[in-house]
Amino acid sequence: MIHLVWLVPFLPLLGFLVNGLGRRYLSKSLAGIVGSGAVLAAFVISLLIFLEVKAPGFQAQTVTLFDFISAGSLHIPFAFQVDQLSALFLLIITGVGSLIHIYSTSYMHDETSEGFARYFAYLNLFVFSMLILVLGANYVMMFIGWEGVGLCSYLLIGFWFKNTAYNNAAKKAFVMNRIGDLGFLLGMFAMIVKFGSVTFPEVFEKAAAIGEGDKIIPVIAILLFVGAAGKSAQLPLYTWLPDAMAGPTPVSALIHAATMVTAGIYMIARSNILYTLAPCIQTVVAVIGLATAVLAASIALKQDDIKKVLAYSTVSQLGYMFLALGVGAYTTAVFHVMTHAFFKALLFLGSGSVIHAMGGEQNINKMGGLKKYMPVTHITFLIGCLAIAGIPGLSGFFSKDEILAETFINNKIMYGIALITALMTAFYMFRLYYITFCGKFRGTHEQEHHLHESPAAITIPLIILAILAVVGGYIGLPEVFGTHSLLKEYLAPVFAGSAPFVHEHEHLSHNTEWLLMALSSVLVIITIFLARAWYRNYEDNGVPRTGIAKVLENKWYVDELYDAIIVKPLMMLSRFFEEAIEKSGIDRLVNGVGRGVHWGSQQARLLQNGQVGFYIFAMVIGMVVLFVIGFLLK
Amino acid sequence: MPVQYYIFLSIVLFCIGVMGVLMRRNAIIIFMCVELMLNAVNLLLVAFSKMWADAGRVDASGAQIFVFFIMVVAAAEVAVGLAIIVMVYRNSQSVDINIMNRLKN
Repeated sequence: MIHLVWLVPFLPLLGFLVNGLGRRYLSKSLAGIVGSGAVLAAFVISLLIFLEVKAPGFQAQTVTLFDFISAGSLHIPFAFQVDQLSALFLLIITGVGSLIHIYSTSYMHDETSEGFARYFAYLNLFVFSMLILVLGANYVMMFIGWEGVGLCSYLLIGFWFKNTAYNNAAKKAFVMNRIGDLGFLLGMFAMIVKFGSVTFPEVFEKAAAIGEGDKIIPVIAILLFVGAAGKSAQLPLYTWLPDAMAGPTPVSALIHAATMVTAGIYMIARSNILYTLAPCIQTVVAVIGLATAVLAASIALKQDDIKKVLAYSTVSQLGYMFLALGVGAYTTAVFHVMTHAFFKALLFLGSGSVIHAMGGEQNINKMGGLKKYMPVTHITFLIGCLAIAGIPGLSGFFSKDEILAETFINNKIMYGIALITALMTAFYMFRLYYITFCGKFRGTHEQEHHLHESPAAITIPLIILAILAVVGGYIGLPEVFGTHSLLKEYLAPVFAGSAPFVHEHEHLSHNTEWLLMALSSVLVIITIFLARAWYRNYEDNGVPRTGIAKVLENKWYVDELYDAIIVKPLMMLSRFFEEAIEKSGIDRLVNGVGRGVHWGSQQARLLQNGQVGFYIFAMVIGMVVLFVIGFLLK
Repeated sequence: MPVQYYIFLSIVLFCIGVMGVLMRRNAIIIFMCVELMLNAVNLLLVAFSKMWADAGRVDASGAQIFVFFIMVVAAAEVAVGLAIIVMVYRNSQSVDINIMNRLKN
């Protein structure tokens, strides 16, 4: 089955070509079937591959299709690497991807059939690029996918391209990602200079041979992290992700929550050895992750747009994953990627269902009491909230708790901040839940009349994701429960290379671990009850927020800050260049040349006076001059 | 006779021809001046031919054959040229070349 791995990205590519080229001729149902079918088929193949990879003692395999770049001693094949990590990501991408494709067939039904096919074409292209990203056997392949998902993200954020604000959001995402990509590129160049290769096993072997203490490895690690921070929306490049919510909601679920934004985590988990060899960079990763987590969580506390809350929550959770990477808990980060993909996709799709029922309204102040109108959405959304808040027994609890425990081993202060972030997460999620689903309906009568449960194509993915959000955590049970973590065992070969370099930590005693778990669980439950007390019967009084709440509502004014310190000076600089260099410099020079030629030819045309005698005279003079020149040159 | 005399004569004839073409406005005289230049060249060719023959070259008479070609071409040219001048005269009762600028503008 492994040698057929190329089919996994190929099928979505085929779907993209069919939908993209035939968008004028395909009916909506056909476009939906092609789009969803391609990803579903890829999922089936991924599942078969996963079953093969899951077998104990499986060695990573490389499937080379052709030689991509060959220059001097540098060879970059177009090859796929199938190992435990890429197989797991294949499952997440195609699995959640298929659910979201099916969901989209219903959600996007109001589009024209051309727009519908275009949407599915973009979505398939995205899945293709993402699969290339995780399957690539070298950094260049990863970069191809990396750029591909960036492009698709741009196309899908600006899907409704007639709206200027959406286009601006798309451009912002693209530019922010570009900054990160530059880091990735430079990291790759440094790698080529140092190791003469970008193929994973070779790079990791050579890095391991060099060992700790070399200066170039931290440089490569930090450059790759810049790339990861751009793609995975970490400080200071996170501001594009909340704006990316301009895209259709299923896109937010797939690209901006479940898959694309986890590419950075995948990359660092893949390059784990480089980071293990550069402890100082690991600290940077952990600090930035934690700072992002707490900042984004604080912003999410006071957002009124249902998708914005989820977007900041995503940024915050990504920060959590980076914290895990930073403390060296690579398996835990991947675990959280997986559980987060389940519950965040669920929450986004749930919010999409709500927005659909509300006729496009996204402001939670205009909602309320949706519990009795949309029971399935309500229950699944509640499960998602419970999972992300970390209620014991649900998937989010296990992964989050593991991150907290690993952080506790590493650094007690970081643990404290991470715990506070977890409480903030519980609080804003339940604020969102209570304002949206409980209390009285606050929208217009017309909206109330239209409220309805969404059709099966929307609710079935919700139910499946809700089940996954509940049970997804059981593959990574912590040791205190008397079993060992299946995930840890499964992923061990991927992180085996960095194991010799890990500094030994004291292990948590089981008592401490129980205590930490109990502490976070109790605090989370208290927070949820607090949110319940405040927001159960929420009334939108319309009073503008003041003080810290206002700052949070305005996202710490980070966008304004970036605007003032980067965008405005840049605009001024470009205006200066436009006025001083372009218009009065280059333009004048070019126009001057034109004017000079014009003037010169006006003078020269007087020579053509129509007098034969003058022509002969000119000819004779010319000949004499030539003779003289010839004579002198001799 | 040294060849220099022929060369000087040719130069003088040629310059007279050139000056005539440049200065005069009468088409027939210009025409004659053109002939003068051609014949200056012919004279030079014959002179050099003789010079090389005296020096012992056996193929030097080629230049004299070339002169005959020039004469033939010149005769043909005279026939065409005079015909043009006659036609011009019939049209404008003048052989002044300065009125032959009707193609201008």
